[in-house]
Amino acid sequence: MRFDRRLFDRHARRKLVNYGFVGLTMAATAVAVIALLLILWSLLANGLGGVGLHIFTMDQPPPEMPGGLRNAILGSLEMCVIGMVMAVVTGILAGTWLAEYGEGKRLAEVVRFLNDVLLSAPSILIGLFVYELLVRPLHGFSAGAGAVALAFVATPVVTRTTEDILRLQSNQLREAGMAIGAGKSYVIRAIIWRASRPGLVTGALLGFARISGETAPLLFTSLGNPNMSFALTQPMGALPTTIYQFALSAFDDWRALAWVGALLIAMTVLAANIIGRALARGSHHS
Amino acid sequence: MTVEPIEVAGPSRAARQDAFFQAICFSAAMVLMATLAGLIIALVIGGWPALAHFGPKFFISAAWDPVAEDYGAAGPIVGTLVTAGLAMAMALPLAVGIAVFLVEFCPSVLAKYVSMAVELLAGIPSIVYGMWGLFVLAPWFALHVQLPLFYVVDPDSFLGHLFEGIPNGANIFTAAMILAIMVLPYIATVLRELLLSVPPHVREAAYGMGCTPYEVVSRIMLPYIRRSAIGAVMLGLGRALGETMAVTFIIGNSHDFPRSLFASGSTISSTIANEFAEASSDLHVSALLALGLVLFVITFAALVGARLLIGQEKA
Repeated sequence: MRFDRRLFDRHARRKLVNYGFVGLTMAATAVAVIALLLILWSLLANGLGGVGLHIFTMDQPPPEMPGGLRNAILGSLEMCVIGMVMAVVTGILAGTWLAEYGEGKRLAEVVRFLNDVLLSAPSILIGLFVYELLVRPLHGFSAGAGAVALAFVATPVVTRTTEDILRLQSNQLREAGMAIGAGKSYVIRAIIWRASRPGLVTGALLGFARISGETAPLLFTSLGNPNMSFALTQPMGALPTTIYQFALSAFDDWRALAWVGALLIAMTVLAANIIGRALARGSHHS
Repeated sequence: MTVEPIEVAGPSRAARQDAFFQAICFSAAMVLMATLAGLIIALVIGGWPALAHFGPKFFISAAWDPVAEDYGAAGPIVGTLVTAGLAMAMALPLAVGIAVFLVEFCPSVLAKYVSMAVELLAGIPSIVYGMWGLFVLAPWFALHVQLPLFYVVDPDSFLGHLFEGIPNGANIFTAAMILAIMVLPYIATVLRELLLSVPPHVREAAYGMGCTPYEVVSRIMLPYIRRSAIGAVMLGLGRALGETMAVTFIIGNSHDFPRSLFASGSTISSTIANEFAEASSDLHVSALLALGLVLFVITFAALVGARLLIGQEKA
């Protein structure tokens, strides 16, 4: 057989193109991984040096004074926890309705779609809505409004994961419960919810991860407060809003505190994400 | 298979409990509907005075002057579309690359860590992206991209106009870069799922014919998922359009109609974030709420488009 030069060239070219393509996909992946590492590195490099006990024991300072982030951390915590309680209750119940009662109902499809719309609605619009709903009528920025805004952001997340998780439970489980004479609501609460517990916790953690870093919904609701406050009727400081204010300021020590705050938030969110996903994986295995 | 409801001839207490529980679940679902309805109503009512006052001029004029009470939204609207569009143009090739790498080429030892890194990228709060953009990316970009280009490119040429701007790194292009990094994990994750959904026999048939992996991916797998992939892109686009904090940090916040890639600009969300808390006049507040309504309509359209495209593939 005669050696065909053209065939050989074509084969070589195809191989070459393929190597180039594999290289490009590797490069794309490298870009994402490097971006993550760069961001984490700048957080650690700029924020770690400022972490100390004073961050948790002192309130945010006036410019060029020593201080910490206590009021912002506690404010964030208070609003996130209240927001999460509202979101978990509403979200789990709504998700339960979609998964257990919505079968084949047209209304359920509509609710599911609207939940997706809420899930993808820009969070700053939630802030505007709560401003119109609670801040303007009550004549004042308040932590309560901030918590409600965060709840609106987290509820669609919890609803979505709840529905997905409940649908994973087998129908035999439901039938077994009903076969021993339990009512539908009892089956859901005592069997389905219990069996889905790790998944529900995951949903809540993901919701928490989402709102603990949210800034936009708080800008016009809880506003921010340089002093420690626990009152729901007063403006309240929160880590994201304080970071926003400090990072854009002209003072070096405020910027340093902003980096510390950013590091704290990023670590909290990443930890919630990792734990949530680990729980989800664990429950799939068992 | 659906569960047939079984009639229990038990005590009526249980039946009442069932009805009560179902009603509670139903009302929670209705709270969701009411939230969205309230959101739309609040934006329409709040934005109506400005829309009525300026009419169609609101969308065409680029004047944004709180002192003269003259508001035109063209600058922020175009800024939103341009930054999101640029971000998608940057993120899409990268996302395709990552998804293909994870599905086709990645050694399984590595796959777990790479997909975890992508997930973590999605988890970083936007304010952190904003700070990183402002303090790390912008100075780097000014020093290593803007200044060299400034010396090399003739300012009167087309490119010169495209690259015109103060070399401080806070501009439309860097905002789009940050947005691209932020939406990248969302698109990559959906694309990866889609690629995994390609039936193995289709893929193996192509390999069996002697295709190289490149040919399998580019001629078989990507065309196979094309429709849904566009849906994934629209999902990412929706995120990029509505993103607030990261953009507010880095876009430079100027209301002028954007004329070059390296000019500072604004988006709808950055304008609202910057001005809403300080807006004093009713017309200013109303103009910002009208902007919010415009943003809602744009992101809603992106979501509906995404749903239609992704849904049709599955059906």
